Amino acid sequence: MAPAREAAGVMGGAAPFAPPPAPSAAPPAAPTALGRWLRGERLAGDAAVAAVSARAALRARALMIFRRVALAIPALIGVVVVSFVLTRALPGDPAAYFAGPAADAASIAQIRANLGLDRSLPEQFLVYVGDLLRGDLGQSISTGQPVAEELARRLPASLELTLSALALSTLVGVPLGVAAAARQGTWVDHACRALVTAGVSLPTFFTGIALVYVFYYLLGWAPSPLGRLDFLYLPPEPVTGFYTIDAALAGEGETLRGALAQLALPAITLALFTMAPLARMARAAMLEALGSDYVRTARAAGLGPRKVLFGVAFSNAMLPVVTTLGMVFSFTLGANVLVEKVFAWPGVGSYAVEALVVSDYAAVQGFVLAMAALFVALNLGIDLLYTLIDPRTRSAQ
Amino acid sequence: MTDAAAASSGFWRHAAHVLRDNPVTGLAFALFVLIVFAAAFGPALAPHDPLASNAALALQPPSAAHWFGTDALGRDVFSRVLVATRLDLTISVAAVALSFVVGASVGAAAGYWGGWVDAVSGRMIDTIMAFPLFVLAMGIVAALGNTVENIIYATAIINLPFYARVARAEVAIRREAGFAQAARLAGATDLRVLALHIFPNALPPMMVQLSLNMGWAILNAAGLSFIGLGVRPPTPEWGIMVAEGANYIVSGEWWLAIFPGLALMLAVFTFNLLGDGLRDLVDPRRRT
Repeated sequence: MAPAREAAGVMGGAAPFAPPPAPSAAPPAAPTALGRWLRGERLAGDAAVAAVSARAALRARALMIFRRVALAIPALIGVVVVSFVLTRALPGDPAAYFAGPAADAASIAQIRANLGLDRSLPEQFLVYVGDLLRGDLGQSISTGQPVAEELARRLPASLELTLSALALSTLVGVPLGVAAAARQGTWVDHACRALVTAGVSLPTFFTGIALVYVFYYLLGWAPSPLGRLDFLYLPPEPVTGFYTIDAALAGEGETLRGALAQLALPAITLALFTMAPLARMARAAMLEALGSDYVRTARAAGLGPRKVLFGVAFSNAMLPVVTTLGMVFSFTLGANVLVEKVFAWPGVGSYAVEALVVSDYAAVQGFVLAMAALFVALNLGIDLLYTLIDPRTRSAQ
Repeated sequence: MTDAAAASSGFWRHAAHVLRDNPVTGLAFALFVLIVFAAAFGPALAPHDPLASNAALALQPPSAAHWFGTDALGRDVFSRVLVATRLDLTISVAAVALSFVVGASVGAAAGYWGGWVDAVSGRMIDTIMAFPLFVLAMGIVAALGNTVENIIYATAIINLPFYARVARAEVAIRREAGFAQAARLAGATDLRVLALHIFPNALPPMMVQLSLNMGWAILNAAGLSFIGLGVRPPTPEWGIMVAEGANYIVSGEWWLAIFPGLALMLAVFTFNLLGDGLRDLVDPRRRT
C-alpha cells in the first residue's frame, strides 16, 4: 500500500497525469469523456466490450469462489484435529473421571471400553470424526442431555445477540470512521479516536456491569438484566428462534417491546466493543482511499466531492472493513461468553460457562468445536461477500 | 562508536519530538511506571490485609478509612485492587513473554528458511486462527485443568500467531539484505546470521506488537478469571473481583465491581497507549 501513500504527497502538485486504461472503443467525444465514464455513463461502442468482459468477470469470480470454498476445508480439518486433541488431553484418566469417585476397577474398564478409550489413538480419532458427522457431540454429564441438542436449542439466543450487536456497531462505527477520515483533525476525528481507544481498553464484562448500574439501578430505564424476556411475557411461537423476529411475526407488540428492552443493554455492551476495530479500520481505509491515485483521477475529472467520497472512495474503502469483520467476529464470539454471563442470557456462551464450573468437558469441547465451525463458516461467508463487493471483480454493467 | 553515539542522540531527539507532539505517550509511560510500582510494592503499601474479613464492616461505601469501600465479607476493596496488580501483571507478562519467545522463534525460522518449516508452522498458525481465540483459550484451560499456569499457557497460545506473523514478515524481508549476505560471506552460520544479524533488526516492530498485545493479554486473562477459570477466591484478582461485585451491582453496591474494573481498564489503556507511542517512535509512517 506504500505507493498509494506516496501519491498522497503529490496530490496537490502538478503530478504527471496518466489516464487509466479506458475500455472505450469509440474515440472520446469530448474532453469530459473520462469524467462521464467514471460517472458510470457508457459510450455506445462499449456495449460489445462490456458483454465480453462481463462473461469473463463472471467466470473469474466463479473460480475465485470455488477456490475460497476449497480453502476452508484444511481450516475445518485443523479445527477437528485440535478439538480431538483437547478432548483427549483431559487431566488424569477420562474413564475414571466419567465413572465417578465410587467406581471400582471393573466399572472403570467397562466405561473405558464404552468410550472407546481402549483403542489406539488413530482409531479413536476415526470414531470421533464419525460421531461428528452424525452430529453427535457427546453427552453432558451435568444435564444428561446430548450436547449438540442443547447447543442447537441455545444457539438462536446467542446469534440474536451477536447479530444485533454487529449490526449496531456497523451502523455506528463505519459512518463514524468515514466521517473522521473525511473531516480529519476536527472534533469528529477526535471523538472517533476517543471511542476507538476506549473500545479496545474496556473489558466487555465491565462495560456491561457499568451499563446495568446506570440504566437499571440509577435510571430505571432498562429491565432487570436476567435473560431474554421478562417473566411477565410468554415467549413467542418459535419460528426463527429470535424472540424479536418471532414476536413481530406473531404480531405481539408487547412481547416484541419486552424482548427488545431485554436485548438493548447486552447488544450495546457487545457493540461498544466491536465498534472500535470497525471504526478504526473504516477511518484508515478511507484515508488510504482518499489519498490514492484513482481518487485524484476522479477529482481531476471533475467529479463533485460527494460523488468522490461516497461513490469512488467509499466503495473501495469498504474492502478492508469487510476483511476486518472476520476478526471482529472472532472477538464477538469470545466476548459473547462474557456478556451472556453478565446478563444471564441463555445462549451457548453461558451454557459453556456453566459447564466449565462443573468440569463438564464434553459440553465445553462441544461448544468450542461448534464456535470454531461457525467461525470458519462466517469467514467463508465474509470472503465470498468480499468477492461480490470488490469493484475490481464487479462485472461491467 | 561516534556513529552509534550520533544515532543514539538522534533517537533521543526523535523521542523528545514524539513526546512533544503527543504528550499522551508521556502520560502512558508515567502510568506504566505507576502500575509497575504497584505490582512491586502493592502488598507492602496496602493499608489493610486483603484477605482479612470483618462481618461488622461488610458492604461499606467508600470512606476515608476504606477508600474503595468494603466487600460482602468486609474486606478492604482498595487493598485488594492494589495487591491484585501483581498477580494480573504476572499472568499477562508471563503469557506475553512465552508467546513472544515461541512465536518469534517459529516465525523467524519460517521467514528465514521458508520451505517445509514455513509450510508446517503456517498451517499450525492458521489452525489456531481458525478458532475464535477467547473460546479456544476456554477450551485449553478446560482440557489442561483449571489452574493459573494453564491460564498463562492458554493466553500464550492464542497470542502466538501475532508474533509468529510479524517475525516471519520482518525476517523474510531482511533475509537477502546486504548486511545478512555480508555476514554469510564472512563465514557465519545460518543460525548465527539469523540470531545475531537479522533478528535484532526485526526487533523494533515486534516490540510495538508486544506492547499492544499486553493490553489484550490482560483483558483475556481477566476475562477467563471472570468466568471462573484459573484464579480462585479468595485470591484478589481484578477479573474475579468484578465477577463477585457483579452480584451486588443490581442492589446498588457499585464500588465492588467498578473499582477493580477501572484498575483493569487503566492497565489495558496504558499498554495500548504505550504501544501507539512506541509505534510512533519506531515507525513514523504508520502513525494514525
